[in-house]
Amino acid sequence: MSQPGRSDAPARPIAGGASPTFADVNQVVLRSLDFPTPTYFGWMSLIALVLAGGITCWVLQVYFGMGMAGKRNPQMWAMYITTFVFWIGIGHAGTLISAILYLFRARWRTSIYRGSEAMTIFAVMTAGLFPIIHAGRMWLAYWLIPYPSERFLWPAFRSPLVWDVFAISTYLTISAVFFVVGMVPDIAALRDAATGWKRRIYGLLALGWRGSDRQWRHYRRAYGLLAALATPLVVSVHSVVSWDFAMALVPGWHSTLFAPFFVDGAIFSGFAMVLILLIPMRHYFNLYPYITERHLDAMAKLILVTGLVLTYFYACEGFTAWYSGEHIERASYLFKWVGVYAPWWWLQIFCNSVAPLVLFWRRARVHVPTLYAVSILVLIGMWFERFNIIVPGLGHGFYPYTFGAYVPTPVDTGIIIGSFAWFFILFMGFIKVLPSVSIVEVKETIPHPVRDGHPH
Amino acid sequence: MPAVVGVFAHVDTASRAVRELRARGVRSIATYSPVPLDDFEEALTGHGLPRSPVRLFTLVGALTGTAAGFALTIWSSIKWRLIVGGKPVVSIPPFVVIAFELTILLGGLCTLLGLLVTARLPSLRGSGRYDARFSVDRFGVEVTCDVAEQAAVEEILRRAGAEEVRA
Repeated sequence: MSQPGRSDAPARPIAGGASPTFADVNQVVLRSLDFPTPTYFGWMSLIALVLAGGITCWVLQVYFGMGMAGKRNPQMWAMYITTFVFWIGIGHAGTLISAILYLFRARWRTSIYRGSEAMTIFAVMTAGLFPIIHAGRMWLAYWLIPYPSERFLWPAFRSPLVWDVFAISTYLTISAVFFVVGMVPDIAALRDAATGWKRRIYGLLALGWRGSDRQWRHYRRAYGLLAALATPLVVSVHSVVSWDFAMALVPGWHSTLFAPFFVDGAIFSGFAMVLILLIPMRHYFNLYPYITERHLDAMAKLILVTGLVLTYFYACEGFTAWYSGEHIERASYLFKWVGVYAPWWWLQIFCNSVAPLVLFWRRARVHVPTLYAVSILVLIGMWFERFNIIVPGLGHGFYPYTFGAYVPTPVDTGIIIGSFAWFFILFMGFIKVLPSVSIVEVKETIPHPVRDGHPH
Repeated sequence: MPAVVGVFAHVDTASRAVRELRARGVRSIATYSPVPLDDFEEALTGHGLPRSPVRLFTLVGALTGTAAGFALTIWSSIKWRLIVGGKPVVSIPPFVVIAFELTILLGGLCTLLGLLVTARLPSLRGSGRYDARFSVDRFGVEVTCDVAEQAAVEEILRRAGAEEVRA
């Protein structure tokens, strides 16, 4: 029984032309950890500034109250929950690449999976802030943890919001375990190349990894099992997030379509984010031999496929509203098309259903500026998709008296922009202290050094 | 027990050394490599099936998670009966979600525990026999043997193509 993606069977080189050697792989990863350039510090300062702005907005909200976030009936869930769902969704592509493609033995994943996995962790860490920001008194956030109160009241386990706490915290924990386990042999390589205090730190993080046969044997088994656990988990997480909505009776939310609809959208937006992070990384770290046109092409195809599926779901949403014969459901759907939020609805349709169509052409799939532009549009589209589910949905319920329109305020907009800074600061920090390309897995896909022909 | 380490630049020469040593009846062999290799596994065990008890940890953890999920939700809803809309107090479908998430959570954490236990990590005391090149592009074959056999083992390693043999 060989392990998926982990055998030393004749390997197809991931790079065209002369294949890199084992030592080249260590070299390129070590070089990515060199002392940062002024450009890096410039970007970091800019991001830190934006983050400081976001934190200031949060302080204002805590000090003056939730009115600063523009919250009032009927849209008590607005941009914070939109952004929460958005960030959780971003994480999904990382797990898809690291776990699902691992089980499917897609070898092209090896050079991009570490960066994507880091993206997952940081996206979930960003998402996790939003329920706390949204709920207001964040010093009582520990109420989310299931424990009995002094009157032995437990959380209502029938509430989707409690499922959400379980799903998100499990997702964060398991993704972090998977990420760290995957990194241990690479950190050992960094330890062996480092000196002084760096060697001590990497030495501790590497847990004394030596790459002995015994360690590899258990490691491979454990890694495969973690991938197998992460695969159903990732599907469950966004399904649970979708049930936060679908379990409610709000017109436009109460639909069995929501779970696959959310999971597909999550992967769609996540791949866009992977491209947005990896294309500059490839440029700055000179990873061209490792992240090739083939990778861009494969990711663009995944964006295209998930985008088409999403378009199908949009059509289903409309069909369901019409075929239900429910006039409230129909009115709610029509409100999205022509109501006050109509521009954002049509922006969403353009970004998610029309823009990715350009990826039908191979030239567009490997053309970096096009791919980058499509990725940015997809992220915008997917943020607005969640907005268009939540805000118009709540604003056009069963009873005209409760109709309403939510208007963003500088404070909640500032917090949301700040969340992007928080995500990017984590990611930019990561790429300078830890291996952003997996040394071990890339080596597995390049020809192994042999003297007298292949060992088999 | 003294140990001999051979440093190899190639996978095939290193695994040949392992096969040779096993053919001579040497059993306490360990290998070091920058990547996991089925070839070493096969040379060391003769069958190449990576047998690892990690999966037992995963199974026990996952089943504990399932049981804990159902136990917590059912017990706590019986503890404080809250009848909503005349629906049953113990309603299994929503509890499946909690049980599923805890299955994955405890299964994953126990897999980590299993890895640490079986691979004997963390082991922060350095080993004199490990070579920093084993994480780059060299393969190591380590043999623990009597002083009397040492010369013979060194000879086998060298003949198989070791770049360097250290006692």
